[in-house]
Amino acid sequence: MSDRVISIIFFVLIIALTLGITAWASRQNKSTSDHYVAGGGIKGWQNGLAISGDYLSAASFLGIAGAISLTGFSGFYLSIGFLVAYLVVLLLVAEPLRNLGKYTLADMLASRFNKPSVRSAAALSTIAISMFYMIAQLNGAGALIELLLGLDYVLSVILIGILMTIYIVAGGMVATTWIQIVKAVLLIAGSLTLSAFVLAQPSIGFNPVNLFNEVESQIGSDMVVPPPPAGLVAGLDVISLNIALVLGTAGLPHILIRFLTVPDARTARSSIITATWIIGLFYLLTPILGYGAALFVGQDAIAAQNPAGNTAAPQLAEALGGPIFFAFISAVAFATIVAVVAGLVVAASSAFAHDFYTNVIRGGNASEQEQFRAARFTAVGISIAALLLAIPAQNLNVAFLVALAFAVAASANVPVILLTIFWRRFNTTGAVTGMLIGLFSCIILIILSPNVMTGPSPEPPLTPIIPIDPIFPFVYPALFSVPLGFLGCYLGTILGGRGAEREREQGLQTDYDEIYVRSLTGISNIEQELHEAAPQEEPRTT
Amino acid sequence: MERHEEWVRVERTSAFRELTQKRKAFILPATIFFLVFYFGLPFLTAFTTVLDVNVIGAINLAYIYAFAQFAMTWILMHLYVSRANGWDDLVDRARHEATQDEAGSTGGTGRLE
Repeated sequence: MSDRVISIIFFVLIIALTLGITAWASRQNKSTSDHYVAGGGIKGWQNGLAISGDYLSAASFLGIAGAISLTGFSGFYLSIGFLVAYLVVLLLVAEPLRNLGKYTLADMLASRFNKPSVRSAAALSTIAISMFYMIAQLNGAGALIELLLGLDYVLSVILIGILMTIYIVAGGMVATTWIQIVKAVLLIAGSLTLSAFVLAQPSIGFNPVNLFNEVESQIGSDMVVPPPPAGLVAGLDVISLNIALVLGTAGLPHILIRFLTVPDARTARSSIITATWIIGLFYLLTPILGYGAALFVGQDAIAAQNPAGNTAAPQLAEALGGPIFFAFISAVAFATIVAVVAGLVVAASSAFAHDFYTNVIRGGNASEQEQFRAARFTAVGISIAALLLAIPAQNLNVAFLVALAFAVAASANVPVILLTIFWRRFNTTGAVTGMLIGLFSCIILIILSPNVMTGPSPEPPLTPIIPIDPIFPFVYPALFSVPLGFLGCYLGTILGGRGAEREREQGLQTDYDEIYVRSLTGISNIEQELHEAAPQEEPRTT
Repeated sequence: MERHEEWVRVERTSAFRELTQKRKAFILPATIFFLVFYFGLPFLTAFTTVLDVNVIGAINLAYIYAFAQFAMTWILMHLYVSRANGWDDLVDRARHEATQDEAGSTGGTGRLE
């Protein structure tokens, strides 16, 4: 049996397994609440595993390993930023979000600013972020299928897109939760095994220090030391990347909705602990995978298969573990991508169906079936749009694309989320202008940057997208777009000050005292909780 | 307005004040610390070469700093969670105090609805 046949058999098995779980889960998927947030009854460790599953996307497994294999230390920034970001989530965002939200990010904002404009802006930013993130995943999937089956990139992307759409339309959030749990376990097991293969090589002898020594002597010290300082713009670009990485997670809709699936704040905390340990241990392995690939696959072979290094990890599996292990690692990577895209589609379609269709277009009066149908139609639409956008992104690194998604999340969502929780004077106008300015400044800066305005003949592996020289010199926009997001919130609040008074009188804006108490205590129905029964024995209403 | 009063009543309980004060006393310094520590690495690597010194074999100071960020994340996370789990009792106390306060101020009936 040829290697490729073995890979295909494994592949089909994994796909059958995920579809099986989806089918099983869809039978339990009775209500809209199940579809969006898995009914709100998930345990801490399960949720922690699911968060890790959502988070350890193609960017982490394929992208970071590839970036480290080709560029060395600067690829490791991604690992650090993606992990430290959980401190922002845990200390500032997770619990208030759980205490205020219901199904989506917009619900949390709407608990304070109950206006269609706030919901619409939140739905828009959720869809934009999910889209950027999906482009990255599809790009990784395309590279993987290209390597595995020898199919053309474009065909691979279309194939995976169709599969994903079927999967998500059938399963909903319950299925994505279970698939994420299964996948997180497989991914960790696969990465540990692959790292063990690297460390077991005779030249390494189970001593990670030897790995660094080998890279330094075989490839060069440039691969181990950080890139040398290269002027103000390049230096600030590194800072800008790190701003996006550390703040972005706190604005990622598909991660944030995971905190709405837990029954209380304590479970939200314990799920972050589980998630941070799993994610952190995984990221500690990324230098082993990346440097291992550079040494045992070779940088030329990696770049020849995919100029951005997106297939370094599966190539390493093939080189050290043979065809069956290669098939296993590829299948895990594929399941990773399917599961992450599914989670993204759920987040984006919930945002559209629940926030825009139900609450804005239908004024809150859509039946569960109508909402469900709207969510499914949106899921299909978003998948097709992301597919079309993934095609020109062929030669970009997955982790780089995800870093841009993080920049959008950090600029559009994070200022509004933080100020909704912590700023007494914040009002509806501020929330809407903040989100829109953050979102559009970030997207416009990306379009004006060297990522899109590539000039007529960009350095390989980049291909020209808009053949004029970049207007904005920075690769990463967050250094500017995050402060602009905050500024938008501030100016909108000042300008909308008088309107806010009126809204408060009309009951369109919830009093900050209520938000403050609710976000810290989780008390949601004050009349009931203060008047009925003995408060200390009473179970917390959620 | 009635509804507003109820939230303010919780806000004014000593347990709630203790909760917000304890949260602030931990979260504010912790956040400042981890942001400074986090951005220290990109600042030092992007503008200087001070971290390019090899420490253990070819593992240089930049990598040691990077691994220290992992340790910092896990330590802060556990410090926060162990404290925050203790604060949950304050929430129950705040609820209790708010009810008692109401019972006192409405002449002992406490249940108007």
